[in-house]
Amino acid sequence: MMLPLLILWLMAGGIIAWLAEKVNASLSKWIAFLALAAAFGMTLAWWMQMNTSGGLNVWLMQYDTPWIPDFGIHFHLALDGLSLLMLTLTMFLGLAAVLTSWHEIEYRVGFFYFNILWVLAGITGVFLTMDLFLFYFFWEVMLIPMFFLIIIWGHENRRYAAYKFFIFTQASGLLMLLAIVGLYFVHGIASGTYTFDYFQLLNTQFSPQTGRLLMLGFLAAFIVKLPVVPFHSWLPDAHSEAPTAGSVILAGLLLKTGAYGLIRFVIPLFPVAAAEFAPWGMALGVLGILYGAVLAFAQTDLKRLVAYTSVSHMGFVMLGVFAFNSLALQGVVMQMITHGISTGALFILAGSLYERIHTRDINRMGGFWTQVPFMGTIGMVFAMASLGLPGLGNFVAEFLTLLGAWKATHILTILAAVGLVAATAYSLRIVQKVFLGRSEQKFTLPDLSFREKMILVPLVIVIVWLGVYPQPVMNTVKEVITLTLNPTDIKPTTPRISDKDIQKGGTHDRK
Amino acid sequence: MTANDFLSIVPLFILTSTAILIMFSISVKRNHKVIYAITLASLLADFVYLMVYMRGTSHSIEPLFIIDGLGVFYIGLILITSLIVAMMSYAYFEQREERKEEYYILLILGTLGASTLVISKHFVSLFLGLEILSVALYSMIAYQRKRERSDEAGIKYLILAAFSSAFLLFGMALVYLVTGTMAFEGIARHLTANDGLSFMLFAGLGLMIVGVGFKLSLVPFHMWAADVYEGAPVPVTAFIATVSKGGVVGLLIRFFVTLNGHQYPTLVLIFTVIAITSMFTGNILALRQNNVKRLLAYSSIAHMGYLLVAFIAGNALGTEAVTFYLVSYFITTLGAFGILAMLSDTEHDAEATEDYRGLFWRRPWTAATFTAMLLSLAGIPLTAGFVGKFYIIAAGVNMQEWLLVVMLAVNSVIGLYYYIRIIAIMFEQQTKAETSNTRLNPAIYIVSSVTLAILTVSLIWLGVFPSGLMGIIKSLL
Repeated sequence: MMLPLLILWLMAGGIIAWLAEKVNASLSKWIAFLALAAAFGMTLAWWMQMNTSGGLNVWLMQYDTPWIPDFGIHFHLALDGLSLLMLTLTMFLGLAAVLTSWHEIEYRVGFFYFNILWVLAGITGVFLTMDLFLFYFFWEVMLIPMFFLIIIWGHENRRYAAYKFFIFTQASGLLMLLAIVGLYFVHGIASGTYTFDYFQLLNTQFSPQTGRLLMLGFLAAFIVKLPVVPFHSWLPDAHSEAPTAGSVILAGLLLKTGAYGLIRFVIPLFPVAAAEFAPWGMALGVLGILYGAVLAFAQTDLKRLVAYTSVSHMGFVMLGVFAFNSLALQGVVMQMITHGISTGALFILAGSLYERIHTRDINRMGGFWTQVPFMGTIGMVFAMASLGLPGLGNFVAEFLTLLGAWKATHILTILAAVGLVAATAYSLRIVQKVFLGRSEQKFTLPDLSFREKMILVPLVIVIVWLGVYPQPVMNTVKEVITLTLNPTDIKPTTPRISDKDIQKGGTHDRK
Repeated sequence: MTANDFLSIVPLFILTSTAILIMFSISVKRNHKVIYAITLASLLADFVYLMVYMRGTSHSIEPLFIIDGLGVFYIGLILITSLIVAMMSYAYFEQREERKEEYYILLILGTLGASTLVISKHFVSLFLGLEILSVALYSMIAYQRKRERSDEAGIKYLILAAFSSAFLLFGMALVYLVTGTMAFEGIARHLTANDGLSFMLFAGLGLMIVGVGFKLSLVPFHMWAADVYEGAPVPVTAFIATVSKGGVVGLLIRFFVTLNGHQYPTLVLIFTVIAITSMFTGNILALRQNNVKRLLAYSSIAHMGYLLVAFIAGNALGTEAVTFYLVSYFITTLGAFGILAMLSDTEHDAEATEDYRGLFWRRPWTAATFTAMLLSLAGIPLTAGFVGKFYIIAAGVNMQEWLLVVMLAVNSVIGLYYYIRIIAIMFEQQTKAETSNTRLNPAIYIVSSVTLAILTVSLIWLGVFPSGLMGIIKSLL
C-alpha cells in the first residue's frame, strides 16, 4: 500500500504546489521541497529496514490490484534492492533539483514545481512497476512534464530541443509498446493466460526469431533513452536547453530508466536473444564511450560538454550490462548512481555559473578560482569524479565494469579503458578552462551561497562515501543481480516488509 | 407493423417528431431558446429511452432494419454526440446574425440519418439513411451562407457527396445484378453459395467502398475534408467529424461482418492500402498546417486510417477496438471543436494557430482542456486516446498484421509533431497584450464550460479506468 501512496504523494504534492502559487509563489517551492524531503525520508527508512533483514527473498514490498481485467492488466508495484536504490537516488536528486531552481525560476513557479514533481512521480512509477502495460504507461507519463520543463523554462533553442526529445523518446517507446503487446499475445497463445504481469511473462517460450524481434522493440526504447550512439542526438540538445533542474533530472534520472530497463526487462525476459546481441551491445557501448569522450572534448558550451560526458559514461552501462556477469552488473548499478550524482552536480555548477555570468561558453570563462574558491573546489571534485579518480564513486563503478567486461571480451575492454584516458582529458579541460587560466572578461562572481552549498556539499559527501565504502550499495543489489542473471528463479515471493512494519518505521507525516 | 416493431424504433420516431415539432414551433414564433430547449430535451429523452428500455433488444424489422446490441450502442453514441453538438451550438449561433432556428431541424435530421444507417441491413434503408444525413449536411455546412468560404464548402460537399452517392448506387446496382437481393444476409448467402467474388460483384463492392470512403474522408476520397472543415460553422464541423463518420463506421462494421468480408484477400488488401495511405496522407498534410480547423481535418483523415487497422483485424477484438476508439475519438473531437467554438468571436472562428499563442497564460483551463484533447489525439497515456490506440494495436498484433501496426506506430510519431506544436504554441509566453473578447451571457458561457468539463473528465476517466466502457462494449456486441 505504501508504494502507490508514494506515487500519489508526489502527484498530490505537485497539484498542491501548483495551486499554492495563487497564494504565494514561494509557497510552491516549500511544498515541493517538503513533499520530496518526506519522500526521501521514506525511501531512506525503507533502506534501513532492508539492511536489517536478509536472504534470497528480494522483494521488500508489493502492491497488486486489477486495473483493466479485460486485458489482464494489473496495477502491480514491487520494490526490490535495485528499485530501492533508484528511488533513493530519485528523491535525492529531486531535492537537489528543487533547491537549485529556488531563484532560477521566476515565472510560473507553481506550474514549474508541478512538472518537477510529476516527472519524478513518473520516474518512481517506472522504477516500481511489475506490469508491462503499467510500465509503458509511466514511461510516457514522465515525458510530458519533462517536455513542458524544457519548452517553457528552457534556453534560447528550447523548442527544437523539446520536440526532438519528445519525438525520439516517443518513437522508440512505441516500438517498445509493439513489443510488449507482441509478448502479451505470444505468452497468451502459448499458455492460455493473457497477462502483462512481469513474473508470468518471464520464461515465456518463443522461437529465436520472435525473441529477437521482441527484444529489439524493448531495446529500442532503452537504447534511445540511455542513450547509445548513434541514437544519442536528442541528448545534447535536450540537456543544454533545459533549465538546470531539468538537466539534473534528465541526466541523473531519465537516462537511468533506460539502464534500469535493460537490467530489469531485456535480460530477464529475453536471456537468449540478449546473449546473442551481447557482442553488438558491448561494441555499441565502447563506441559510445569513445565517441562521447571525443565530442565532449570538442565542446565550447559547458552544458553541452557535460551532456556528451553522459554519452560517454552511459557507454559503460551498455558494456557492463551485456558482459553478463555479476561483477559488471554491480559496476553498472554503481555507475547509474555515481553518474547521476556527479553529472547532476556538474549541471548544477554550470547552472550557477550561468546565473552569475549569463553564458555557457567556456571560452569566455577562465580564472574564476580566485573569485570563487569554494565553487572551484567542488568543481574540481566532480571533474575528478568524472575522470574516475580512485576514492570517488565513479572509479569504483567503472573499475568494476571493466573487470567484469574483461571476462567477456578483452579487446573491447582495452578500448573502453582508453576511454578513461579521454575522460581525463575532457575533465581536466573543464577545470582548466573555467577555473584556472587567465580571465579574459571582467566578471564579478559571488561565491556559492548557503543554499548552493546545501545542495553541493551533500553531493560531495555521497560521492566520496560511494568511493570509499560502496559496500552497502553492493549488498543492496547483490541478490537482485544474481536473479537477473538467472531469471528462472525470479518469483513474486512474499514481501519482506509488511505494511505493518512500515507504519512503525518510516513516518509519513502530512504537512 | 407489430407493437414490438414499433417499440424498437421509437428512438427514430422521437427524432422525426422532434423535427416536425421544431418546424411548427418556428412557424408560431421564432425563439432560439425555446428551440434549443426542445432539441436538448428530445435528444436527452431519446437517449434515456434507449438506455432504459432498449438494452439487450434484438429485433429485426424485415426486411429493412435490425436493432441489436451494436445498433443500440451506436444509436446511443450518436444521440449523445448530437446532444453535445447541440449544446455547443447555442453559444456559437447566438452571436451570429443569421436565422438560427432551422439549424436545429437539420441537426435532428442528420442524427436521424446516422441512426438509420447503423441499424440498416438492406440497401434501401442504407441509402435512405445516408441521404437523410447528407441532405441535412449540405444545408448545415452552408448554413451561414453570407460568410466567406461557407458556400464554397457547402457546394463542394454537395457536388462530391452527390457524386459519391452515385458511385454507391451504381455499386449497389451491380451487387443486386449479381446476387438478386439487396439484403445484407441475402448477399452473404449468395457469397457462401458461390464461393468467392465474381468480377461483377467485386466491382460493385469496390464502387460501394468509394461511397463509404468519401463519407469517412479516407484517402483518396478525402479532398473535401479540409475545405469543408474550414468553411463550415464549428459545431457543424464537429457534427461531420463525429456523427456522420460514426454512422458510416457502424454501417460498415455490420455490412462487412455479415458478408464475412475478411475472408476475401482482395477486399482486405484494398482496405489495407486505403488505411496506410490515409494515415500517411493525413499526417503529412497536417504537418505544416497553420489553420487549426484544417489541421484537425487532416488529423481526422489519419485517425480514420488508424480505425481501419482495427477494422481490418476483423474479429471480435477488432470490432471492440473500433468501437472503443470511436468513442474516445468522439470525445476528443468534440472537445477540440468545443474549444474552437468557445474561443470564436462574432466575426471569426478561432482557427489560426496564432489565436492560441500564450493561451495557457490567458485562459489556463481552456488551454489545459485543449492540451488534454490534443494529447489524446496523439495517444499519450492518461487519456482515452491512448487506450483506444492500445486497443487497436492489440487487435492488429493479435491478427499478426505487423505491417499495419508498424505503420500505425510510425504515423503516431509523425502525428505527434503537429499536436505538440500546437501545445507548444499555447504554452509560449504571450507577446501581445490581452485582447478582451466580449463575453456572452454568463449562462451560455457556463453551459459551454460544463460541456467541456464533462468531456475532459470522461476523457481522463476512460484513460485511467477504461474497463467500464470495455465491459459495456463487450456485452453489447
